[in-house]
Amino acid sequence: MAPNAAASADTFPKLLIRNAQLYGARPAMRHKDLGVWQTWTWAQVLEIVRAYAVGLNRLGLMRGETIAIVGGNRPKLYWSVMAAQILGAVPVPVYADAVADELAFVLAHAETRFAAVEDQEQVDKIMSVMERLPKLEEMVYDERRGLRDYDHSHLRPMDEIIAEGRKALADPSVAAWLDSEIAAGKGSDPSIILYTSGTTGASKGVVMTEERSIKAASDTVAFDHLNENDVALAYLPLAWVGDHYLNYAQGLVAGFCTACPESTDTAMADLREIGPTFYFAPPRTLEQLLTRVMIRMEDAGYLKRKMFRFFIGVARKYGERILNKQPVPLTGRLLYLLGELLVYGPLKNVLGLSRVRIALTAGEAIGPDLFAFYRSIGLNLKQFYGQTEAFLFLTAQPDGQIYSDTVGRTFPNVDLRIAENGEVQYKAPGMFAGYFKDDAKTAEVMTPDGYVKTGDAGFFDEKTGHLKIIDRAKDVGKLNDGTLFPPKYIENKLKFFPNIREAVAYGDKRDFVAVMINIDLTAVESWAERNNVAYGSYQELAGHPQVYDLIEQHVAEVNRSLAQDKKTAGAQIKRFLILHKELDADDGEITRTLKVRRGFVAERYAPLIKALYGGSKEADISTEVTFEDGRKGVISARVKIRDMKTEPVVPAPLEKAA
Amino acid sequence: MRAPGGSEVAVGDVLLSVESVSLSFGGVNAVSDVSFDIRKGEIRAIIGPNGAGKTSMLNVINGFYQPQQGRITFKGETRTKMRPYEAARGGIARTFQNVALFRGMTALDNIMAGRSLKMTKGFVWQLLRYGPAMAEEVAHRRRVEEIIDFLKIQEIRRTPVGRLPYGLQKRVELGRALAMEPELLLLDEPMAGMNMEEKEDMSRFVLDVNDHYGTTIALIEHDMGVVMDLSDRVVVLDHGIKIADGTPDEVKNNQAVIEAYLGVAH
Repeated sequence: MAPNAAASADTFPKLLIRNAQLYGARPAMRHKDLGVWQTWTWAQVLEIVRAYAVGLNRLGLMRGETIAIVGGNRPKLYWSVMAAQILGAVPVPVYADAVADELAFVLAHAETRFAAVEDQEQVDKIMSVMERLPKLEEMVYDERRGLRDYDHSHLRPMDEIIAEGRKALADPSVAAWLDSEIAAGKGSDPSIILYTSGTTGASKGVVMTEERSIKAASDTVAFDHLNENDVALAYLPLAWVGDHYLNYAQGLVAGFCTACPESTDTAMADLREIGPTFYFAPPRTLEQLLTRVMIRMEDAGYLKRKMFRFFIGVARKYGERILNKQPVPLTGRLLYLLGELLVYGPLKNVLGLSRVRIALTAGEAIGPDLFAFYRSIGLNLKQFYGQTEAFLFLTAQPDGQIYSDTVGRTFPNVDLRIAENGEVQYKAPGMFAGYFKDDAKTAEVMTPDGYVKTGDAGFFDEKTGHLKIIDRAKDVGKLNDGTLFPPKYIENKLKFFPNIREAVAYGDKRDFVAVMINIDLTAVESWAERNNVAYGSYQELAGHPQVYDLIEQHVAEVNRSLAQDKKTAGAQIKRFLILHKELDADDGEITRTLKVRRGFVAERYAPLIKALYGGSKEADISTEVTFEDGRKGVISARVKIRDMKTEPVVPAPLEKAA
Repeated sequence: MRAPGGSEVAVGDVLLSVESVSLSFGGVNAVSDVSFDIRKGEIRAIIGPNGAGKTSMLNVINGFYQPQQGRITFKGETRTKMRPYEAARGGIARTFQNVALFRGMTALDNIMAGRSLKMTKGFVWQLLRYGPAMAEEVAHRRRVEEIIDFLKIQEIRRTPVGRLPYGLQKRVELGRALAMEPELLLLDEPMAGMNMEEKEDMSRFVLDVNDHYGTTIALIEHDMGVVMDLSDRVVVLDHGIKIADGTPDEVKNNQAVIEAYLGVAH
């Protein structure tokens, strides 16, 4: 990549023109359609997008206006974004699976007169909330199916718009006008409005500007050495900052090829066919992939199973060190080489990861075992931390400095600091321009000296200098002696053990940390079977002394890990208990998205909380439960409580993620 | 949502008419003296309690069974005897109550099989897979891929159908019938054994097929909700006799139909 050329282009349309000149014959976009991969080069994309822009302009789209983009990862929707930017209009992507109500909110708030949508489903959704969208005038769609009989006075297929634009462009004066429009684009122009998913209150429209977006993307492109030979698969929501950044912005800056899957369900198979070199996956996806591999291995023949186990063992021992270019004994190297030939190579091939050069994960805490697994088979998986408002990277792990529980070093050109209350705050090159039409909210997240508040609490690890994110800032509490208490951080550490399904930590305004634990029935059941532990019911298993011993080991390990850092050493777990029933969404104890409702659980199990902090060895509890058919019953139990020894604060030797 | 002014597929001339058809097996009368017609472009449902003769009726229409009496007129041609392959050539395709796919073959191959009537190159040519035979296969594959796209089954293209869940097998079977580009599509209980979501999906596909390809559809279905929503006209059979014929609303309020379904006090 030519960094100078990138720096000279301050808008995405100018980058597109640069790419068409530099990489004209190289693929810009691929899409699997009717079972065959279709390819468009940068030159072709430029030609299509110019025609599309003229077509949209004839439809009435003007500079400064907004246009909604609704649908999945399809070339024409990415081109809709580009075409809008050529005209100086602002694209507003919306999640394809948004319900009509959310869709109505975003379109109304962004005051869009136009919408570019994928198919009939989205058209129907928009039509169902038409009365809330008085401003919406024209819709263009990609997929014709099912729309034939619709009233087409304000509904047009994209193909027609592009064809009309192409015809008009034959006139040199139109072409000249379009060139002047592109030239008129400034770096300070808004490039896109990304609406946050709105897990905390109503969703906000985060406004990005052209120049800042390009600056930020240029930094990561340089950091990961991305270039025009790279390939990425765009399979995560178009409206999500991750896709817009990693695929759209980076793709334009580096000139790499973005491939769109045939459908959401085929993404895994498409991944294998495309063989991307740049790959992003949230921890949940990586976990699903691994589970699928493990299940298939269980069904494999004896020999294959043995071989798999053996070489995964080898990988665990040496893989990570080889990846980090650390010294490894010759036998280890040879065994690993054999493993690569027999197991890791074929496995990566099946997963579609053979060609991956850079693999990234972010979004939530990743289990150390999961993280280590991918790294040990030779996938250079790295974590980063970022935010929509920062567009996107705040920290990232440099090669050779990978730890499962940190999110890496502060990114070049990012100014990161930890506030008094532990909150992470930053100034970043890609920083948003503000929330759309909401100055009050914008002011809320800014500090007086111009830093943005992330809402996340974290600290810099003393040994490595890497950032550790521990919890949402508002959830972080303090023990009575003033020690930091990050509940989710502790709960996550516990939940990484397969035997623990759920954990609820308490400690805010208390003397010490205590946790309530739910065992994972599948895992503990199979453990009980192997260890001849007899039990009659969930309740009996959960209360079994040997199960308590088992969980105690896990808690002790978490304490050891907490003791490694001065900041968290005081938050070690002093007492724990195992709940006699599973926390259940039907009972309101966890949300439908499986997040524990800590406060509600505390109220419901008040006698247990009292016992945890009162010093008694056991407590009686009876709770009402709701059965699936809506009937209610009562479960009573006597729950035992265990005391834990805490570890002294000894910084342990540096532990790599393996 | 159908926009104002946009029409349903134009329902026009009679595509197929059944006149006084009777069919018996030994002493059992499966169908006696039934007459009705199917018009071009409509979705026509045949309903009735168990053993009413619905499947027998379908089998008569596509030539599986030869009726002892009566006449069937399809596209203006009247006949008393027809073989299933003649019906297929004439533009009648069907799916079966119990999925009848090649279980060991992939979804793609199963649907390709539906194109076999349209292939013109001989056995030897196809064996060679060269030149014109290859070109022909590519053209057919394209049609099949369009159907795969239409039915949204891209992710199972290469999966042997025996490994697929029931709902998807039904969809593949519909795909194979569509591959024949039929004028009349016979669906024998397309939603049997499906859960609510699968039923909704299948209903959507039936409507889309009717809308997109303009295919005339005759379907047998037990789920009354589905029938009333989907069909333009309904014919009701009971013990082999036609007891009602009309729009869903007319049929719903027909006394004979209510009695057949709920039973009569004797």
